[in-house]
Amino acid sequence: MSERISLLTSERAEEWLLKPGVYFMQGNIASAEAALIAGCRFFAGYPITPSNEIAEHMARRLPQIGGYFIQFEDEIASINAIIGAAYGGVKSMTATSGPGFSLMQEGIGLAAMIEAPVVIVDVQRAGPSTGIPTLVGQGDVMQAKWGSHGDYEIVAYLPNSVQEMFDLTIEAFNTAWEYRVPVIVLADQSVGQMIERLKVPPLDEIKVVERNAPTVPPEEYLPFDSRYLIPPMAVAGEGYRFHVTALTHDDRGYPSTSHEVSTKLVTRLVRKIRENEKVIGRYEAIALDDAELVIVAYGITSRSALRAVREARREGLKVGLFRPITAWPFPYWGLREAVDRGARILVVEINMGQMVRVVREHYSNLVDIYFMPWAPGSVPRPHDILLKVKEVYGG
Amino acid sequence: MSGRPRLGLRTESIKSLLRLERFPHIWCPGCGIGTVVKCYAEAVLESGIPIEKHVVVSGIGCTSRAPGYIKLDGFHVIHGRAIPFAVGLKTVRQDLEVTIIAGDGDLLSIGGNHFIHAIRRNDDINVILVNNFIYGMTGGQYGPTTTIGSITTTSPYGFIEGSFNVVYLAAALGANFVARWTPLHTKELTSAILEMFKVDGFALIEVVSPCLIYGEMNNLPPLEVMKVFRDRAVIDHDADLSKAYIDLRDPKKPIVLGNFVRRSRPSYQVLARELIKRARGG
Repeated sequence: MSERISLLTSERAEEWLLKPGVYFMQGNIASAEAALIAGCRFFAGYPITPSNEIAEHMARRLPQIGGYFIQFEDEIASINAIIGAAYGGVKSMTATSGPGFSLMQEGIGLAAMIEAPVVIVDVQRAGPSTGIPTLVGQGDVMQAKWGSHGDYEIVAYLPNSVQEMFDLTIEAFNTAWEYRVPVIVLADQSVGQMIERLKVPPLDEIKVVERNAPTVPPEEYLPFDSRYLIPPMAVAGEGYRFHVTALTHDDRGYPSTSHEVSTKLVTRLVRKIRENEKVIGRYEAIALDDAELVIVAYGITSRSALRAVREARREGLKVGLFRPITAWPFPYWGLREAVDRGARILVVEINMGQMVRVVREHYSNLVDIYFMPWAPGSVPRPHDILLKVKEVYGG
Repeated sequence: MSGRPRLGLRTESIKSLLRLERFPHIWCPGCGIGTVVKCYAEAVLESGIPIEKHVVVSGIGCTSRAPGYIKLDGFHVIHGRAIPFAVGLKTVRQDLEVTIIAGDGDLLSIGGNHFIHAIRRNDDINVILVNNFIYGMTGGQYGPTTTIGSITTTSPYGFIEGSFNVVYLAAALGANFVARWTPLHTKELTSAILEMFKVDGFALIEVVSPCLIYGEMNNLPPLEVMKVFRDRAVIDHDADLSKAYIDLRDPKKPIVLGNFVRRSRPSYQVLARELIKRARGG
């Protein structure tokens, strides 16, 4: 594990980090503490329910560790500030919810285009628009993937517990810095604000990825060197004197209108995630081996769905649960075996049909895919899901 | 102001700060932006700050293309967001001298919210705002500094809105350094940039600039504008900024220039470092 050095002093920051042990903690706060352990030293954000605990916690904790917290004038400033800080070589994050996430989309496109590693925690609430700020939603799944214009790839995690708010926030930083992409922790109000058990392992058991810095002399450095899938990243002030633009750019970082340059750049931006989808993508499969019906559910909904699976099993129905842990890349391969056996699929999510489209894209020509829409503002109860299971199980 | 830079002697070394492989540049003949780049480059060389510690940031527009021709760590980000990008960078890397070179539309219209809040926070960044009174790159639409009555592609019957008096706005918001110069006043501009580097806190220089696009529609070709600067410039460091708005088209209106404001309000970044010491109990 690399040393975690305070920005201000050479003093190690360890003594200020959350100690290993078992805690009873809120999801949002677990995410903030995880970010600090992952090396986050800059937070920029704007108040929005139900993500505020992350900013409030960072405002108190970051200065103790020698980091900086700024509450900006809006979410647009916040996302652009963390991109600037990332190009200063400092791990940075923001946290928000639906309306703020919408405002950040242009900045997320910037981060994708200039390959700035940043982490965005989106604690989803009920939408559209202002919706119900205090209650749950899962309506940002598509926005996370397609929210900015143009072609690019991002990574989005789907925590379903306080433990995963912690674990996946650390993983989000690692993925961001390994692949030089914006990474989204796509939480929801229930998971973000619930309080439950958290186990923090010893620091030396936590993997932390650092920047892959260039080793060549400045005259040989190409900031967007297409000989690499993920070019080494110089940061400001190291003497590389490199140019970065959000215009379509060549290996030197210079703007270009050439179709060849555009092809090379955009292809690499998507390839670096697509070619690593099975390295990055994650899922959990429960009771899938003999399942005749597979429920696909994620985030808080997966916890209701798990209970429904258990009750269905008790009643003799062969039902399993497939829980994507990454929304993007979508871990479609995890469903392959069940589909090949002829298992049918029921997607349950707190929206009017988002991830179900992705499941259909992969498997609609092979098996029947059912959908249970659930309007935002509450979590479907296990009983609600079980009723739907019984409705479709007989086929 | 301390001794003026030795201008003219630096032409060769300025080349070391330019990305000559990218020339010719995109700017129109008669545009003032190239002169601003030259003055900035001279100031960087004169500053005594190591070259690799200078960073230049911009948004979108003609002026924002400047970092693309300057051989420093340079960031040409999205429209209106140069300030928050620069604030994030400067906050975590206070060893850097971060300067924004961008236009009136970028900094005051789409980026206006960031402009007022960065001055309120007193972020320790330098802003060179090139004001050409129009959106040049997109073909000549009116902007937040367009003067009333001007013809633009989106005000074909004459502009009827009010416009920002940039230096008055920045001074009122509490900027630590506020100046205004033109591309005709290169020595003064370079000196002002040098002074800006030394300021802790928000520093703004408005460079009132000729623009071919604006000139074509308003009978003010760039050479005429340079004559306006020569004939109507009044250097008054103590000017009443409330009366110092610019109207190139009004022959009776002086072009008030100077280094108007020098304050020593502590910057956000200095206060944030102190806050960290307090939080750590030190």
